[in-house]
Order: sequence, then structure tokens, then C-alpha cells
Amino acid sequence: MVLQASLKNCLQLSCILRTPKAGFRSTTSRSLIIQSTSNDVYQNLAVEDWIHDHMNLENQQVLFLWRNSPAVVIGRHQNPWQECNLRLLRQKNIKLARRRSGGGTVYHDLGNINLTFFTSRKKYERMENLKLVVKALKALRPQLDVHVTDRYDILLDRHYKISGTAAKLGRTTAYHHCTLLCNADKFVLSSVLKSPYKGIKSNATPSVPASVKNLFEEDPSLTCELLLDAIAEEYAAQHQTDHHVTIINPADETVLPGINNKTKELQTWEWVYGKTPKFSISTCFNMVYKDSVLDVKVDMDVKHGRIEVCNIDLPEQWLPPALCSELVKSITGSKFCPTETTTLAATLLRVCPQDGELQSRWNLLCENMITLM
Amino acid sequence: VCIHRVRSCSGIRFIKSKYVCVFDKSALKFSHQQRLFRTSAVSRGQIVQFKLSDIGEGITEVTVKEWYIKEGDSVSQFDSICEVQSDKASVTITSRYDGIIRKLHYNLDEIAFVGKPLVDIEIDASKGVAPEEDVVETPPMSHEEHTHQEIKGHKTLATPAVRRLAMENNIKLSEVIGTGKDNRILKEDILNYLAKQTGAILPPSPKAEIVPPLPKSETVPAAPKDRARKIPVPVSRPIVFSGKDKTEPITGFHKAMVKTMSAALKIPHFGYCDEIDLTQLVQLREELKPIAQIRGVKLSFMPFFIKAASLGLLQYPILNASLDESCQNVTYKASHNIGVAMDTEQGLIVPNVKNVQVCSVFEIASELNRLQSLGSAGQLGTNDLSGGTFTLSNIGTIGGTYAKPVILPPEVAIGALGKIQVLPRFNGKGEVFKAQIMNVSWSADHRIIDGATMARFSNLWKSYLENPASMLLDLK
Repeated sequence: MVLQASLKNCLQLSCILRTPKAGFRSTTSRSLIIQSTSNDVYQNLAVEDWIHDHMNLENQQVLFLWRNSPAVVIGRHQNPWQECNLRLLRQKNIKLARRRSGGGTVYHDLGNINLTFFTSRKKYERMENLKLVVKALKALRPQLDVHVTDRYDILLDRHYKISGTAAKLGRTTAYHHCTLLCNADKFVLSSVLKSPYKGIKSNATPSVPASVKNLFEEDPSLTCELLLDAIAEEYAAQHQTDHHVTIINPADETVLPGINNKTKELQTWEWVYGKTPKFSISTCFNMVYKDSVLDVKVDMDVKHGRIEVCNIDLPEQWLPPALCSELVKSITGSKFCPTETTTLAATLLRVCPQDGELQSRWNLLCENMITLM
Repeated sequence: VCIHRVRSCSGIRFIKSKYVCVFDKSALKFSHQQRLFRTSAVSRGQIVQFKLSDIGEGITEVTVKEWYIKEGDSVSQFDSICEVQSDKASVTITSRYDGIIRKLHYNLDEIAFVGKPLVDIEIDASKGVAPEEDVVETPPMSHEEHTHQEIKGHKTLATPAVRRLAMENNIKLSEVIGTGKDNRILKEDILNYLAKQTGAILPPSPKAEIVPPLPKSETVPAAPKDRARKIPVPVSRPIVFSGKDKTEPITGFHKAMVKTMSAALKIPHFGYCDEIDLTQLVQLREELKPIAQIRGVKLSFMPFFIKAASLGLLQYPILNASLDESCQNVTYKASHNIGVAMDTEQGLIVPNVKNVQVCSVFEIASELNRLQSLGSAGQLGTNDLSGGTFTLSNIGTIGGTYAKPVILPPEVAIGALGKIQVLPRFNGKGEVFKAQIMNVSWSADHRIIDGATMARFSNLWKSYLENPASMLLDLK
């Protein structure tokens, strides 16, 4: 029976938690260091959610270590169109995830490590956590010039950002997570984090761009494994617990009951795109058709990721106005998403006069509209 | 000071006994104020200003980013009220009270201040107001991650998850009968304890880990000693089904389908079905698959079906035509742009392979691969999705034999292919052999296509596929 099995594993997990130091039953700090076996950003974010929702952190703290395959992670209240090049992401098959904590957009790949510090709400303290990381780095390589700024960034050589921070506070628990650049692909990082979308007006949290550098560039002997180990060791020392890293599988329902639902939710369009705060787009583009260049002006309001209001200004009679207004009517209420718009546009074409010239004009307009998304 | 309060329930909520232990002087003062409140309370509920509590780290201001409730909504204690953001930290503010939201003090993106009112909540007068302190049970429950706890010398075994459930419902573990191993308290025991108190089935909690109590008949037989311990089950419980109808507007893919199919309604459809023996084609494909693989292309049956259809259309071009709006003119399309129905996560899309009449089977396969990967990534362009002249739908990959496909305007015909089944058939010598049989169901526009044309086209298509070598004769 599932319940019994989950109980058994809950016990297993709590047995691990219960390891007291030789003969000394500490009732104050018994902390846990866990590392994920998965490189899937959604699964790992789901683990954070699970711990935040289900673990009792009154007398215990948790450090969670994780790495992801290429992904862009935006903050809870951010606008993905503003923050990154979605077209490039789709082309390169880089995942897009929205985390539940605040803050700005980051690029993850296997050369970047993520650290999450779980505490009770009362014990939430970001500066301490970052100082711990710096201490671990200095213990590993004393010559490294790393320090924590008052914006909760970690800078290398006083100039290059190697770590960004974000946090989530709930009713009784809180977590602070940060990245650490060891050996990430800076080229991909800078190209995906540059948004090509113009004319966006929004109250979403903007990211603050910064110059970044990999620790590997400073000292080629540093690897992600070394860094993870050093941080775990420092954490264990400061929390008076064993330097023992428990490996967890984020897909294991017996250890983390309900985790797969959380993973699924993080992947839904409604969460990733639909949670974007209301924004408007006011832009224009040029279309080259045969020998002429046409100016098209587009205004759109997007709420919950769906087009609330849409207005397309075309040169007169370039397309039958009835067809144009049909397009506007169709996409209003639909997702601000290239696939949906393409499908709707193609469908509309089926029910209008079959004219080759008309079709190519229509396709041109639609292709351009889709580049906005 | 210990105050025992019983709160009445409404609808499907259950009776909770709440133990409140107040140790602090300020709380004492508060409870005194309460009494004053109560004596002066009107029959309507009292409005309490729920202030934004301390965020920590000396933060005094936050931005309101999302409201989870609106004025008029009813909330329970611990429900999420809003999401605020402060300097890279996102904070979920939860309600301290049960009641109805009467006023939101801030709009989205406004700055909210710690210590100042966030929302006004109307609390039912008879319920009273919860103290500012968090609810604490006597004796204080140990929150350590032990698997057993000693209360009054009685060891109660329970996992942290079960403990949390008990704590959230203010249940003393010592009062719950454990049915697990060594009298361990399981989730079901907590839920049964609650059900006993209320006589109703608990609605499923929003938290994933809380499982609604299983009906007794489904319980897996436990150890004999557990069966002996009878858990009292209320005999006649009102079955409460909390499912609700959900209405949402039609958008996106569904909207597209509605438009297309409404237009298709105007076309008078007739159907024609047949059975194709693919035994030889199956063998041929097995031989050709590795060659295509070397060239980096996955070869399915579709490229053969598509090419055969194009060869057929050369003989019966009216099936590749289009009737205009007024039904005055029929246009014979020169290009065979054969559409392939694709089922994606978002819904049905029909990209087409352009100019099949000049493509080899391999080229068609390669193009299909491209369309399939674009389709699953949601990256098909308008060009791929428009300009189709004839469509094939391979519903057989999912299942089914015969179908009744709907023509996609402005086309005039469509074919649906069922699954390939191994069936016994008689050969020329009257012997039974194993045949690979697939069914095809055609639909055509009866305004310009007649049954004979469709039948002849189908026969030709069938002959190409049943004897693939014959395709060689007519390949262009």
C-alpha cells in the first residue's frame, strides 16, 4: 500500500535525519545535506517546493545541492519576453522555468551549481549563508578574491558576479538559494539572456545585468565537484552535523510523496508563461514584400500570458480588412504563443478565398506577428 | 490561561476543537480586549485589520505582486492571501484568521508597509478573534524529527508528516488510536479521528500529501492484530461530492478546430472504405529502414502512403481540387501538397508535405521527420500549415480500424488510415495465410466527387501499396 510505503520511506528519511553525534543527542541543530541525482530543472525546483511545504524545519536546517542541464530560470514575478531570447531558447532546446522565489533571471547549465538553504521562517538569514559560501571558497583556495555585496551577490575580483541570490518565505519555513558559476558556458549565457523583444511595457521585476566570470577561469583546477564538497564541508562544520551528503532522486514518490505533481505543475504553460504580470507591447516592424517595404504597427495587452487586446495597423487594403479583423478576433483570448497563433492563422486561411497572392501576404504578416512572441 | 473554544461549522467544514494556550502578558491583554469586543459586537461580524507581519532582515517595505483573494472571498486560517516581493525575496502572506475579506489595502505593484494593515477580514462574532501568538498546544509538542514522542509517559509513534497533519488540525496524538505497526499512528488514523468527530467525509485537502480516507472496503488487509482492532465507522454518512462544473472560454487550438469544422459542415460528405493487404509493403519497409537510417532518416509507412496517393491523384486530379465559395468554379491544383494530421500536446495540427508529385519516397520521409520534430517542439510555421490540397490521417498509430474523417476545407477529400492488424486471409490457392491488413476510410465532397471516382482512386492507391513494385512503373 502506497501509504505504508511512503511512511516507511518517510521514516527512512527521518532516520537519516536522526543520526546524532556520537552519544550526544542534540535537540538544537540537526542539519541535513542533500544532493539531487537529477539535472532536470523542473524536478529540482519541485524538490525545493516539497521541502518548503512538507518538512518541519523548527529545529533543523537543510542544504540542498543541485545542478541543471541548460535552462533559463526566471524569478516569480518576471516577464520571460523581457528577460530572455525565447526564440533562441526554443531553437536550442533550452528549457524555460519559473521559480517560486523572487529575484532576477539566471542561466543554468552543468557548469553552474545551485545551493538552497532551508530554515524556519524565523531563522531566515541570507548574509550568513553567503558568508558560509565565501568561507568555503577561501578555505579551498585562499588566494581567491571573493566577497559578498550588500545586494547579496558574490563578486570575484571585486568586479565579476559569480553568484546571484533569491529567496522564498512561507508561513513557517523559508529558503534562500543562490547560484555559483564554476564553468558555465558564458557565450550561451549572454546570448540567451538578451531579449530581442521591443516595446514591452511592464511592471515585472527587471533583472540587473552584470559582468560574470567562471571560477574555473580564475583557477582551472576548480571543478563543480570540488566546490560542492567544500561547501558541504563548511556547512557541516557550522551546523555541527556529519559531513554526509544524502543523495535523493526527485522522481521518487516514496521518499517525496506528491513530488511528481509539483514537477508537472512547474512545467505547465499556465505557470511558466501564464504567471507573467500584465504587460503591453507597442511595436512596429517592416515587411518586405516584392518591391515594397511596408510598415506595420502592433499594439497588444497581455494578461496571464493571453492576448487581452490586440490592434494591428496595416497599410490600407494590403489585406482584406475583414480577414485582418478575423485574425485579431481569433487571437484575442488566445495564448501569447507562436504555436497557437500559427495554428489560428493557418485555420483562418482555409476559410477565405483561395488566392495565391493573398496566401503569401497572409503568411508574411503572420510570420512577422509570431516573431513578437 | 487556557481557553477552550468550539467553533461551529458551516456546509462541509468540520467541527474543530481548538486548544489555545496563551502564556504571554500581551496576549492576556488581547484576550481581555476580546471580551470587550464581544460585549459590544453587533450581530454582524467584526472587522479585523490584518497587518503585514515582520518579514525579517529589517525589511520595512515590500511590493504587492499578486493577490490570491479578492474582496468578498472567504478565507480560512493559513490560506494564502497574497505574494509580496522585497529585494529578491518572494513572500507568501497567509491569513491568521477565518473570515471574509472585506478590503484590500493595496493594489498590485503598490508598496506595502510592515506593521500596517494589509487586508480587512470580517470575522464571525460568535467565533471570536485568534490571539496574535501562534497556536501552541499543551504540553508543547516536540517538533524534533524523532519517530516517537513521550506524552504523559505514553509513547506515540508517528512520522513527521502525520505529526504535521495532527498539528494542523490541533489533534493530540495521544488521543488517536494508531493502527499501524507497534500502534503507529497513520494518516488514516488522524483522518478517521476527525471524521469521527464530524460525521462527514473530509473534503480533500489542497496539500498533496493528505489523502482522503479510503472507503473501508478498499483497505488492504492489515496484520491480523489490526483487523481485530475495530475502527468505528459512521454508518450513514451523507455522500458529499465536491466536484463542480467548470466553464472556460474556447481559445487557441480549440478555437481553430471550431472554425475549421464549422466550415467543413457545409461540405456534403460521403464515405468509402476498403481493406489493404500490406504484407509486401511491410517486408519492403523492413528492408529499406536501415538504408534510410544510415542516411539519418526514420522511415515509417506514411511516405509510401503519401507517394501512392500522389500517383493516384495524377490519374484522378479532381480529388486534388478546390471548389470556390459560390460553387461556380472548381480549381484543379497543380501541386500535391499532402497534409499529414499530427497530434501534439496542444491539439491537432495538419502540416503538409509540399509538391509530393516531384518528391521521392525518401525525400518525403525526410520532410516528414522535419515536420514531426518541429511539430512536437511547437515550431511549425504558417507556410508548413497552409497550402494543403489533400490530407491523410494516420489515426491507426493510436488505434481504430474504420473512421469517418472530416474534410479540411478548402480540400475536397481526406483519408483516415486504421491500424495494421495481422489477420487470416485466403490466397489465390484457397490457402489461409497471415496477412497484414489495414483499413482505409475516405471521405469526399459529393458536390464534385462521385462515388465511382473515389472508388477507382482508392483501388489504384490500394494496388500500389499491395504490390509496391508496381509503383516503380509509374514513379516520376
